[in-house]
Amino acid sequence: MRYIPNTDPDRKAMLDAIGRSSMEELFSDIPQVVKDRFQPLGLLPKSEMEVRTELGSLAQKNDAAEATSFLGGGIYDHYIPSVVQHITARSEFYTAYTPYQPEIAQGTLTAMFEFQTLLCELTGMEIANSSMYDGATALAEAAMMAARVSGKKKIAVSHALFAHYRRVLNTYCWASGIEILEIPTIDGRCDLSGVPSGVGGVIVQSPNAFGVIEDLTGVKESIGDALLIVAVNPVSLAILTPPGELEADIVTGEGQPFGLSASFGGPLLGLFATRKAYLRQMPGRLVGQTVDAAGAIGYTMVAQTREQHIRRQKATSNICTNAQLCALTATVYMASLGGDGLRELAMLNLEKAHYLEQQLSKLPGCSLAYGAPFFNEFVLRVPVDPQQVRDSLREEGILTDDPAHLEVLGVTGALRFAVTERRSKEELDRTVDLVGGML
Amino acid sequence: MRTIFDYQKSSGTGGILPKLDVPKCGTTDLLPRELIRRSEPRIPNLSEPEVVRHYTALSKLNYGVDDGFYPLGSCTMKYNPKVNEDVAGLPGFSSVHPATDPELAQGSLSVVYEMSRLLAGIAGMADVTLQPAAGAHGEVTGMFLIKRYFEARGETQRTRILLPDSAHGTNPASAATAGFSVTEIRSGADGLVDLNALSGELDDTVAGMMLTVPNTLGIFEENIVKITAMVHAAGGLCYFDGANLNAFLGHARPGDMGADVFHFNLHKTMSSPHGGGGPGSGPVAVSEVLVPFLPVPRVKLDGEHYVLDWEEPQSIGSMQSFYGNFGVFLKAYAYILTLGDEGLHEAGENAVLNANYLQERLKKTYKLPYDRLCKHEFVLTGKGVAEGISTLDIAKRLIDYGFHPPTIYFPLIVHEALMIEPTETESKETLDRFTEALEKIASEAREDPQLLHDAPHTAPTRRLDQTRAARYPIMTYPFGE
Repeated sequence: MRYIPNTDPDRKAMLDAIGRSSMEELFSDIPQVVKDRFQPLGLLPKSEMEVRTELGSLAQKNDAAEATSFLGGGIYDHYIPSVVQHITARSEFYTAYTPYQPEIAQGTLTAMFEFQTLLCELTGMEIANSSMYDGATALAEAAMMAARVSGKKKIAVSHALFAHYRRVLNTYCWASGIEILEIPTIDGRCDLSGVPSGVGGVIVQSPNAFGVIEDLTGVKESIGDALLIVAVNPVSLAILTPPGELEADIVTGEGQPFGLSASFGGPLLGLFATRKAYLRQMPGRLVGQTVDAAGAIGYTMVAQTREQHIRRQKATSNICTNAQLCALTATVYMASLGGDGLRELAMLNLEKAHYLEQQLSKLPGCSLAYGAPFFNEFVLRVPVDPQQVRDSLREEGILTDDPAHLEVLGVTGALRFAVTERRSKEELDRTVDLVGGML
Repeated sequence: MRTIFDYQKSSGTGGILPKLDVPKCGTTDLLPRELIRRSEPRIPNLSEPEVVRHYTALSKLNYGVDDGFYPLGSCTMKYNPKVNEDVAGLPGFSSVHPATDPELAQGSLSVVYEMSRLLAGIAGMADVTLQPAAGAHGEVTGMFLIKRYFEARGETQRTRILLPDSAHGTNPASAATAGFSVTEIRSGADGLVDLNALSGELDDTVAGMMLTVPNTLGIFEENIVKITAMVHAAGGLCYFDGANLNAFLGHARPGDMGADVFHFNLHKTMSSPHGGGGPGSGPVAVSEVLVPFLPVPRVKLDGEHYVLDWEEPQSIGSMQSFYGNFGVFLKAYAYILTLGDEGLHEAGENAVLNANYLQERLKKTYKLPYDRLCKHEFVLTGKGVAEGISTLDIAKRLIDYGFHPPTIYFPLIVHEALMIEPTETESKETLDRFTEALEKIASEAREDPQLLHDAPHTAPTRRLDQTRAARYPIMTYPFGE
C-alpha cells in the first residue's frame, strides 16, 4: 500500500526487535470470539487513477453544479477569489493539528487571532472564539450558554429562524432540558413587544428566514435580564448596524459566505462572539496574545480551563475539534477583499436582490411578501402554485428554494430568492421573463 | 508575529468583484437609516501580493504532517493523501447547495449513502449517521440517542453514565451536555477496567458506559466482551469512543464486541486532514435498537434513486445544519475506496507494529508504567529522567530535533505522561531517528538541564508565556494601544 513506507525486511527487523514472530501475535490481546466474527467489506483496493475516475463520474451526476442558483437560506453562492484556495491548500496549514504546541503553530494561531479580531470588528462585539462546527450548532451553544449564565432553563426563540437552525436548536434544548417559547412575527418581523418574562435568553435572527432585517433598537432594554442572542449573515454586517451596538450579548452566525464552497452543506463555519464579561462562560477555542521568552509577541490558546480536556464534565462545552481551516478560509477571504471590498460585496448583494425583487413584483399578481427591509434574500408571493414555478424554473436550469421550507413557517403561495454578486443582470432578467411566462 | 492589522498602508483592493450591472440605488434608498452601519469596521485594504506573502509567511511558522513526524497520541496524525484533496475539490461536488433538489444531487447523495454503508460494515453495526461534525459531536450525538432510547422505554431514571478514569476529556463533557451525571470507574493495576469496580456501580440508574477501545494507554480491553455483557445485563447501553480505531482497523469490529454506539473520527483513522483543529467528521454507528432514533434527514435508496427521509417519528432531530461535513467524509470515502479490505488491514497492522517497535526501543530510556503489548499507541512518563526536568521540557526540546512533540500530560492516570502514536505512515528510519533524539534529550537532561528548560531554541518563537496570556487576556488586535 503506497501510504506505508516500511518494507517486508523492515517489518521483519521490527518484529525481531520486539520478540514477536508474526503480525498476528500483535493482535493476541483481542478476544478470539471477536476476531472470529470479523467480516471484511468485500472491497478490492483501487489505484489512484481508478478512484479519481469513479468519483469524477459521481461528481458529474450532480446536475445542479452548472445551474443558475437563487438558493440561500444560510448558504450562499458567492464568488471565491483564487487567493483563498491557494493559501488554504498550503499543507503547513491543513495538515497541522490543534495548536497545542504554540512555538510551532504560530501560523495557525496568528490567523486565529486575526479571525477573532475581524469577527469582532464586523459584529461590534468584544470577543469571539476561533470557530464552531456551523451556524446551527453555534446557535445551540449560545442557547445553552444563556441558560448557564442566567440560571433559567427557558429561552424565547424567533419564529422566523432558518428551519435547520431550529431543528438543531430543538435537539440540543430537548437534551439539555431547556424549554423553548416561540416569538411570533408580524409582517415578517419578530414581535418583540411580548417576549415572555422569566426567559434566560432571546434568540433573534437577522436577516431572518424571510430575508427581513430585524429592527433591534431598544430590544435589549425590553427583555430584562435575558441575554440577547442575534444570529447574523456576516456579509450583511459590512453595511448593517452591528449587533454589538444594539447591545447584543451573543452574536452567532454561519461563516460559509466568506469564501467557503457550499459543499452540500459541510464543512461550514460557526461564528460565535460575545462580551468580555462572559469570557469564562463561553464555549470554543480562544487565542490570545502574549510574549515569548525573548519578549517577542506571539499567540497561544487561552482560557483552556473552560475546556473539556481540563474541566471534563464541568466544561462550558464538550467541543474539541472545531472548523479551523474554514476559519482560515474566511480570514484570507476577508483579508483579500479588505474593508472596502466587503462593503462592495454587501452592496452588490443588496442592490441586485432589490433589482430582482422590483422586476418580479411588477409581474401580475406577484408581490413582495413583507414590507420590512431585506438584505440579499426575499419572499415573493406568486399567484400560482409556487412548486410549479420552481419546477418550471428548474427545467430552465434555474434553482430556487423548496416552498416547503416556507410552509413550515406558515407561509404559503410564496417563493424565496437569494441573490448574490454572482448573478448577472442577464440571469436576473431571464428569470423574470420566465416567471412572467408562467402566470 | 505581524498581523494584517499591522500593515500601515491601505492600498486599494478592488477588482475581485464584478461592477454593478443593475441600476444603482445606494443604501439610503433601500434601507432606513437606523439599520445602516455608521462606523466602518477596521479591516485593512491590502493588495493581493501583500495578502499572499503575509499568509505564506504565516504558513511557514506552522508544522504539519507534511513537514515531519507528528506522534500525537490519540490524534492519529497519519499522512493525508493528496488525491483525496483533489477529489473533494471537484466543482461537481463542492458547488452543490444543500437545499438542491435531491434529483439534481444524486452524485452527492450516493456518496452519503454508500459511505454510511461502508462505515456500518467497518463498525460491524446496523446503521450510521454522517451528521456529526467531529468526534466530540459524535459523542454528544451518541449520548442523545441513548437518552432518547430510554425516554422511549420509559426508563427515565437511567441518568448515569459510567466511564473509566482513563477516558478522553470529551467523554464526560459530552455525557454532561446530554444531562447525564458521570461516574468514574477506576482502572486496575494493569491499566484495564476494574471489573469489580464496574459491577459495584451497575444498577437501574445506569444509562450506559462510555469506553475507549483500546483505552488511552493504548491497551486493548481484554475483557471487552465481558464488560459489554455486564452493562447490557444491567439494562444499559455501551458507547465506544472510536478515536483509537486505527489500532484494530481491518482486524476487529466494535459491533462484534458489544458496542451499541460507536463514533468514527474520520480525520484520524480515515486520513482526512486536521486542518489546524478542524473541520473533522465524526459519524456515529449504532446497533439495531438505536436505528429508529438516528438524526434526520436520513438518506435512503428508493429503487435507483437516493432520497431524503424526514419521516422518522422517534428521531432525536438534527445534529448539524444538513448532512454532515460532506467535504470531509468525501475525502475519507476516497481513502477507503483506495485501501479496500487489504489496505485497511495493512494500515491497522503497521500502525500497531510501529507503536510496539517504538515502545520497545524507548522503554530503555523512559519509564513505561504499563509494560505490555500495546496497540497503536503507548504512554511513557517523563518522570525520573533527571531531577527537575518535566515532560514539558522534554516535549519542547523535541522541537529542536525537528519533531512534533507527543501528546503530553494525558492520560491523567499517568504522571508526566508522554503519549506517543506513530501511525502506519512512518518508516522504521523515522522511528529510529526519533528514538535517538529522545535518548539524546535524556542525556542532555542530566548534563545540561537548562538547555531543556530554555527549549525550544530553533522554533519560530521561544517558549511562550502562557501565564501572562491567561492573566492579561488580549483576544483581539489592540488597535491604537
